[in-house]
Amino acid sequence: MALKPLVLCAAMLALAPGAALAQRTDITIGMQLEPPNLDPTGGAAAAIDEVVYANIFEGLTRYREDGSIAPGLAESWEVGDHGLTYTFHLRGGVTFHDGTAMDAGDVKFSLDRARADGSTNAQKALFAGIDTVEVVDPLTVRVTLSAPNSAFPTNMAWGDAVIVAPESAGNLATAPVGTGPFMFADWVQGDRVEIAANPDYWGTPPALEAATFKFISDPTAAYAAMMAGDIDAFPAYPAPETLAQFEADPRFKLLIGSTEGETILAMNNARPPLSDKRVREAIAHAIDRQELIDGALFGYGTPIGTHFAPHHPDYLDLTGLSGHDPDRARALLAEAGVAEGLTLSLKLPPPSYARRGGEIVAAQLRRVGIDTRIENLEWAQWLEQVFKGRDFDLTIVSHTEPMDINIYARPDYYFQYGTEEMQTLMRELDLATDPAARSEILKKAQRVIAEDFVNAYLFQLARTGVARTGIEGLWQNAPTQANDLTGVHWTE
Amino acid sequence: MLRFVLSRLISLVLSLAAASLVIFAVVEVIPGDPASYMLGLNAEPETLAALRRDLGLEGGIAARYLSWAGGLLHGDFGTSYTYRVPVADLVSARLWVSLPLTLYALILSTLIAIPVGMLAAARRGGPADFGIMGATQLGIAVPNFWFAMLLVLVLAIRNPWFPAGGFPGWEKGLWVNLRALTLPAVALALPQAAILARIMRSSLLEVLGQDYIRTARAKGLSRGAAVLKHGLRNALIPVMTILGLQFSFLLAGAIIIEKVFFLPGLGLLIFQGITQRDLIVVESVVMLLVFAVILVTFFVDIAYAAIDPRLRRRR
Repeated sequence: MALKPLVLCAAMLALAPGAALAQRTDITIGMQLEPPNLDPTGGAAAAIDEVVYANIFEGLTRYREDGSIAPGLAESWEVGDHGLTYTFHLRGGVTFHDGTAMDAGDVKFSLDRARADGSTNAQKALFAGIDTVEVVDPLTVRVTLSAPNSAFPTNMAWGDAVIVAPESAGNLATAPVGTGPFMFADWVQGDRVEIAANPDYWGTPPALEAATFKFISDPTAAYAAMMAGDIDAFPAYPAPETLAQFEADPRFKLLIGSTEGETILAMNNARPPLSDKRVREAIAHAIDRQELIDGALFGYGTPIGTHFAPHHPDYLDLTGLSGHDPDRARALLAEAGVAEGLTLSLKLPPPSYARRGGEIVAAQLRRVGIDTRIENLEWAQWLEQVFKGRDFDLTIVSHTEPMDINIYARPDYYFQYGTEEMQTLMRELDLATDPAARSEILKKAQRVIAEDFVNAYLFQLARTGVARTGIEGLWQNAPTQANDLTGVHWTE
Repeated sequence: MLRFVLSRLISLVLSLAAASLVIFAVVEVIPGDPASYMLGLNAEPETLAALRRDLGLEGGIAARYLSWAGGLLHGDFGTSYTYRVPVADLVSARLWVSLPLTLYALILSTLIAIPVGMLAAARRGGPADFGIMGATQLGIAVPNFWFAMLLVLVLAIRNPWFPAGGFPGWEKGLWVNLRALTLPAVALALPQAAILARIMRSSLLEVLGQDYIRTARAKGLSRGAAVLKHGLRNALIPVMTILGLQFSFLLAGAIIIEKVFFLPGLGLLIFQGITQRDLIVVESVVMLLVFAVILVTFFVDIAYAAIDPRLRRRR
């Protein structure tokens, strides 16, 4: 009887060093939202790219963690004919997960498919400038644009521009086939997606053999799953109020980085009294950004003064233009003649930055004499009423697309600005191939929309993640929505 | 009897047809467009139109109702807009979680409630009765999601005896799945057990006052034997009725517990379907649940009639 525990102990002792040496080659990543399907070329849901981008699918170019653009399936490219043609040189020996070779024909197919008439690509504008796509030889593709567009290589790095094969393109939603370092393995709808290392990957093989994306929508459940060790990393962790606990616990580390999410208090520029610049300016001055960041986001977030990411080299800090100044706000309202009894609707989508932030914004607006009618909407309702119907005065939303200042050139966009001036600027931006000229135009555009107080620019959404201490290589920043696992490995 | 069954059958078909109309009408008036939900903020109008065509969302409401209801008739529940897989596959996968969870919770609640209710009835007015009645009051009052979080905190985080949630899938073996379902089942079972124990107690007390129990005692049976042999069987009838109601409630009504334990169950499927405007999933799952309830009612009606001949002659 007494022998048994002894033997067990000995066995455990014998096993222990071996077990400690063997590094884990699997990982479970937590995500709040489940992707509706796994086809990045047929939907806008961020969760799709968070699973498949750089893991399963690759494009001609790709985003790096710092937001710069790197070669992807195209090893190099040349710009010719005054910015009108792009010649991409593809990597040789690349195969899709189903074994078929990736060549120039697949690139032509993918680009033509995305810009075709019946295409359901959510970012069709990325391909709008393409005039023709020609196969020069099996490893060379020439794209001719209808007008120069210096952002074209950046456009090709989006998840919506990944290269797919004609043989598998029809079933990507449930059986994604790409060229990436991981292959799709299994999807238990409502629970998890599993991927496994691709043995025939063209690049450096990943350290991980398998990865699981687990979907946990409830913030409290996410906390419990992290603490209980069911999840190894939660890169976009939904319960910021518990981050301090993880920071204090040696088993975990925080991954705090930036996102492309400019969070704005959007105003309906076409609807009085918000069509009056003075009223918009008053609202901008009524807002105390730091109070908002501390109250709604537990201190994680960077104040912004225009619609541009602060980590971008071309960012202009214009927060001083709309600093917190309630007296000035009241004076401006009086000047505009709306000092008495102004009530505005404030429609809030579900994310906590909007719901929690909305309460604080409402309180700040009340201090300068503006009453708000808060309405909490589901995403589908928000899209219908605010985005499509433009039936709102104010709303809070984070614009997560990278480099999207061009929405200020679209008169039909939901906040209905789109002046001639911005349209001209954006046309100039597309034509400018010189980096210095581009930077100049971008800075000018930032200043124009800040000085026009189109929206109240609140903060850049931070990426707050949690991971087990032994994990290295996860992206800290989110230049695009992705959980790139290529370089992820365990150190203990 | 045959005429009775026929008339019940006709009413079953009519209720199903009416239910399908109501469900379709109610779900279709929810504002929001599945296509714009899927394509997000940058989609262009013609892209939206293309997706709506792909999803079969173009066309009149009457035509869409007929094609949906026609599909249902031969067992085709349609294809989910967002997941792009047949709704029938989604539902059957979810049932593999929801059904075992419901059964597990019901077994637990019955195992707790019946002995406890009997004990309270037997010790009526005593300290045990007071204690049990107080505890069941508490069990009904405590919100089950709060209790669930408490369970996770104590039994999954402090002492990692159970996973904090999730469902590994039956192909991974019976034991891991039972372990994963234990905390949610306990959280679901507690309030149900409290209700059931109170029903058990009052039902048993009522039976104990009946003449046949006195007769049984008079012919020499001990108190315990009289309760077990003659009382229990009769007292269980209202308990069974409540159990039946709890079953259909738990099957799709465990949404909050499914959320706390991130279980891919039927309740969460409906919830997701509504937020993502995956209307066909909502319509088909609700229709399926209505069908299940109507079918159960039909069989209960037939069973009553089989037991009580007087019912057959009525109407």
